[in-house]
Amino acid sequence: MRGRGLALLALAVLALPLALPNKYAYEVAILIGLNALVCVGLNLLIGYAGQISLGHAGFFGLGAYGSAILAARYGWPTPLSLPAAVAGVALLAWLVGRPVLRLRGHHLAMATLGLGVIVSIVIATEDRVTGGPDGMSVPPLAAFGVALAGETAWYWAVGALLVGTVWLARNFIDSPRGRALRALHGSEIAAEMVGIDSARHKLDAFVLSAALAALAGGLTAHYSGFITPARAAFLHSIELVTMVVFGGMASTFGAVVGAAALTLLPQILTALKEYEMVVFGAVLMLTMIFMPRGLVPTLEKALAAANRRAV
Amino acid sequence: MSAQFLQYLFAGLTIGAIYALVALGFAIIYNASQVINFAQGEFVMAGGMATVWLANAGWPLPVAIGAAVALAALLGLALEKFAVEPARGAPVVTLIIITIGASILLRGLAMLVWDKNVHALPAFSGDAPIRIGGATVLPQSLWVLGATLVIVVLLAAFFNRTLLGKALLATSHNRLAAQLCGISVRRVLLVAFGLSAALGAVAGILVAPITFTTWDVGVMLGLKGFAAAILGGMGSGAGAVLGGLVLGIAEAMGAGYVSSAYKDVIAFLVILGVLMFLPGGLLGARASERV
Repeated sequence: MRGRGLALLALAVLALPLALPNKYAYEVAILIGLNALVCVGLNLLIGYAGQISLGHAGFFGLGAYGSAILAARYGWPTPLSLPAAVAGVALLAWLVGRPVLRLRGHHLAMATLGLGVIVSIVIATEDRVTGGPDGMSVPPLAAFGVALAGETAWYWAVGALLVGTVWLARNFIDSPRGRALRALHGSEIAAEMVGIDSARHKLDAFVLSAALAALAGGLTAHYSGFITPARAAFLHSIELVTMVVFGGMASTFGAVVGAAALTLLPQILTALKEYEMVVFGAVLMLTMIFMPRGLVPTLEKALAAANRRAV
Repeated sequence: MSAQFLQYLFAGLTIGAIYALVALGFAIIYNASQVINFAQGEFVMAGGMATVWLANAGWPLPVAIGAAVALAALLGLALEKFAVEPARGAPVVTLIIITIGASILLRGLAMLVWDKNVHALPAFSGDAPIRIGGATVLPQSLWVLGATLVIVVLLAAFFNRTLLGKALLATSHNRLAAQLCGISVRRVLLVAFGLSAALGAVAGILVAPITFTTWDVGVMLGLKGFAAAILGGMGSGAGAVLGGLVLGIAEAMGAGYVSSAYKDVIAFLVILGVLMFLPGGLLGARASERV
């Protein structure tokens, strides 16, 4: 099952260009890949460890602005600025994660939300460094004079990165640390009784998901060449969590499918013009009402049931 | 007490009272269903926008207000009946995403039915400022504080003196036990959503003359109301009111003495501090999670 899922994803990434008619379609595919990157990480935290975060857009924004500012304002080469930004965000997540992850449920939701809001306000206010609410332009990703440019090059880079990340995430979930995460999701007290240091393992998932969000943020900034504080704001955090739950919690492919569905949907719905938000809200509600466990787990279950009937 | 301090205090109390009303809405729905209703801010928006719209259509203000509150209450009932109830038994996070979907839907509807412009509602009783101890207060602020006080007293009476209010409280303490006592939990849920929506609409109407209203005014007000509810202790009515007032005052003092751009940062730092040292909120249960 494991290998099959990953092979399916790799095949989808390989075959998709056959169905992409133009530059715009490539752009959407790249955005899907970058969002999926965040969601795979966030799913480790929400789906597997059972810890909610309403502030991951803050990490996304810090990664984006961190790399952009280092490259544009301080002249760092981008192959250095991006890892530096990701490492900085991971360090920050490690520092704030220790006190914050002691909280549970809606208190944790509130605390992460607060952190995210603080980050987005600081980004929007410190306009001398960040360009303020209007955003700032970001230099392209380049190494040794060669820039990563053009939709096809980005598509393959993001696609490879996504497949690699999903592979790593699946390995992580099946590792002792991943099992520990799932155990403490089931019952924290029971997990601690069998010797699992729940604080440490939650922090693992938190830092990992923050670093992935920062990486996706940095890549998004370098890809689009422009970044605004909206990408760090509360509504983007909500959007990310929605993708994870929509696709299916505790399912790595669910996170990818959720990111794909909710990135694609607004693009399709722009044809509806002023009805876009109404239809988007309605689709979101109906899907969650009729598939409360999310797209992928519900479909998997239906498929399994159909197989059983066939046999 | 300097006049300046007094001025900031009045500003903080006014906006704090609004946050308190929104927070009460969060608390009532949370108590009845464990759901954090992310569409709460949209009820606030619907109240303000509907009142502006009806008042512009020539309705007398009190009638327009009554109709707007009724409309919001209907929206709340519809949300429960057609979205939350069909998803019964789903994980709580799924229910929360459903309310997020509802908030997007309602914002989209507001843009369709009304427009994307910013609207002002005329103040209920003029704009002539009143001087108190060197500070000036707008009459609308007194309306906000007075109405909030009346609502809090009415809610306290509702929860402690009426059968329906007690049924709501009983459900929040133990759903199964309440059901076994013959309380219809489905009806309790409907009442909770309707009541919360009406409360939100009242907040939106009261604040509309001060901060104006528009289709997405609910996002920030909802966020602050949620923050106030957590600050006071999620599920506690007195906590919601206290949380709202503390949040409003922290914001106003921060804006006045530190920096208006960073007033929200200060408010959220206060919340983070409270969560670190009093994990249950100011008046919440001491346990961090109800089991």
